[in-house]
Amino acid sequence: MKSITKLVFRPRTYAEQKSVWGFLYVLPWLLGFLFFFLIPLLYSLQYSFSSIKANANGMSIKFIGFANYVEALTVNTNFNRRLTEAIVNMVINVPLIVIFSLFLAVLLNQKFVGRAIARSIFFLPVILASGIIANLEASSLVQAINEQNAGSGGLINSLGTFELQRIMLRSGVNENVVFYLSDAVNRIYQIVSQSGVQILIFLAGIQTISPQLYEASKIEGATGYEAFWKITFPMVSPLILVNVIYTIIDSFSRNGMTTLIKETGFTSFNFGLSSAMAWIYFLAIMVILLISTYFISKRVFYQE
Amino acid sequence: MIMTRLLSLESWKRGLWTFVRLVLIAGLSFVILYPIIQKISTSIKDKADMYSPIVVFIPEHYTLDNFKSAMFIMDYWHTLLNTLALSSTTTILTTVSCALAGYAFARLKFKGSNLLFMGVILTILVPPTTILIPIYMNLKDFTLLGLIPLLTGKSLNLLDSYWPFILTSITANSLKAGLYIFIFRQFFRGIPKEVEEAAYIDGASVSSTFLRIMLPNAMPSIITVLLFSFVWQWNDSFFTTTYLTSSKVMSTQLASLPYNLAILLEGGATTNKDPFFMSMVQDTGILLAILPLVILYLFVQRYFVESIERTGIVG
Repeated sequence: MKSITKLVFRPRTYAEQKSVWGFLYVLPWLLGFLFFFLIPLLYSLQYSFSSIKANANGMSIKFIGFANYVEALTVNTNFNRRLTEAIVNMVINVPLIVIFSLFLAVLLNQKFVGRAIARSIFFLPVILASGIIANLEASSLVQAINEQNAGSGGLINSLGTFELQRIMLRSGVNENVVFYLSDAVNRIYQIVSQSGVQILIFLAGIQTISPQLYEASKIEGATGYEAFWKITFPMVSPLILVNVIYTIIDSFSRNGMTTLIKETGFTSFNFGLSSAMAWIYFLAIMVILLISTYFISKRVFYQE
Repeated sequence: MIMTRLLSLESWKRGLWTFVRLVLIAGLSFVILYPIIQKISTSIKDKADMYSPIVVFIPEHYTLDNFKSAMFIMDYWHTLLNTLALSSTTTILTTVSCALAGYAFARLKFKGSNLLFMGVILTILVPPTTILIPIYMNLKDFTLLGLIPLLTGKSLNLLDSYWPFILTSITANSLKAGLYIFIFRQFFRGIPKEVEEAAYIDGASVSSTFLRIMLPNAMPSIITVLLFSFVWQWNDSFFTTTYLTSSKVMSTQLASLPYNLAILLEGGATTNKDPFFMSMVQDTGILLAILPLVILYLFVQRYFVESIERTGIVG
């Protein structure tokens, strides 16, 4: 109490004032963080270790150790499959999305006619590929049928990929690489629609690189290709880290795991099992994030 | 001689690159726009045209029936109003609270503020699924540290109201709020310290420095966050389906459109259920749902695409 009155009534230095105001500004977030994040997080941890029965007097929570985790991993038929699916999809998609969005950001940064329109179009996926619309799009029948028609009718289309594949295989490119790339070409819509935010972030990063660097390199005789690898790439490398993290989280928020966890909790009312699943899922994300952050941050270039 | 040859080679290379760039950007724009064009063409088609092999994009019989039925089933205008109210409230509250927190984390350092910022990062990382159930329970019997039962005798049920959204957005813990705090923090860090010090020397207090000097400078980032927040709240089905069970909001209406349509069709005697027709109406519904966003986006896209370039998010 005494310290509080001292804090309020004593004439304060600028730095002290700043720290008081800083705390006040953070306070709303801090309250929310405690009530809507940290406490629920701890509860969820507790639920995952217990069996929850709803009855007439509310809920009874009984500690049962690791049984829920064992059930999720060994008994539940869906969990393992969906988790591995989610992880494999992510490992395939993240490099593609990050490289693709960096490439496009570089393209969109150059001057050409209709740049403003192109930039607006490339922002559209941010609207289209979020939340409910993305979910519904995946299950649209009309679209599926149209796609099939396009596949069978557009002979040239399918031949194109096939031909390219053959050429690449003949010229001795590794088989896996070829299939990875042709698969990427076939899924181009998925990749484009998931890289809206990343393109914008890279675009923002490229804009902050000072033009003097490019001028100097041009005077020294560097080509555009060299300028990209020696200037643009190192300068945006912190953002590559940001985008990799964002893409990983984003790819996890739009897969079957989320629905499975929700169904287990709210349709079959098995809150304990649902929490255990959510924790395994969270730990899996953390491990992947830590590994990728470790490898990327070794190569990231910072100004200081 | 040699010079001119070099020059021509240069210009050839440049021309080729322009061409490749044009093809790439036009092609990818087409890939993005294709589903939208397809939806528009589906939505104005008559049912008969769906099965006609000669109709691909431009329908033979134009009709607005799809729009009419989708609007009727979704209760469109009512839903639109609800969604607008919900999205704009959460957007404004989230932006205010995130701007405050972001500024504090950027410039008003206090003991332990770095530790708290780790907490912000944690909220970005933990998938919302993990904490969904405890939050649900918490909101079902909302006690506010046992205060409300003391006053009224029983705990409040906040579910199926807008309170969960308002409370989480006042406290900067709504959908993806961690990301917004991060954006604000990076942006405020980019404004030179001298601006702030000059304001202080001229006698401004911390809060008036923030309100009158820093915020006007941060306009681009505010617009960015406002728009991201609005769009994501509009499309969000994860929290809305959990918190709101009966209120009509765009995303829940869109999610339940197929079921409502099926019920309606089974009730009516003249039509029988046709999956193709259902899908058609659903596509129209999606179109109706994104239409307000696209209109909004057309108005602000200049600020948006330009402004995000200046937010300078550097990791």
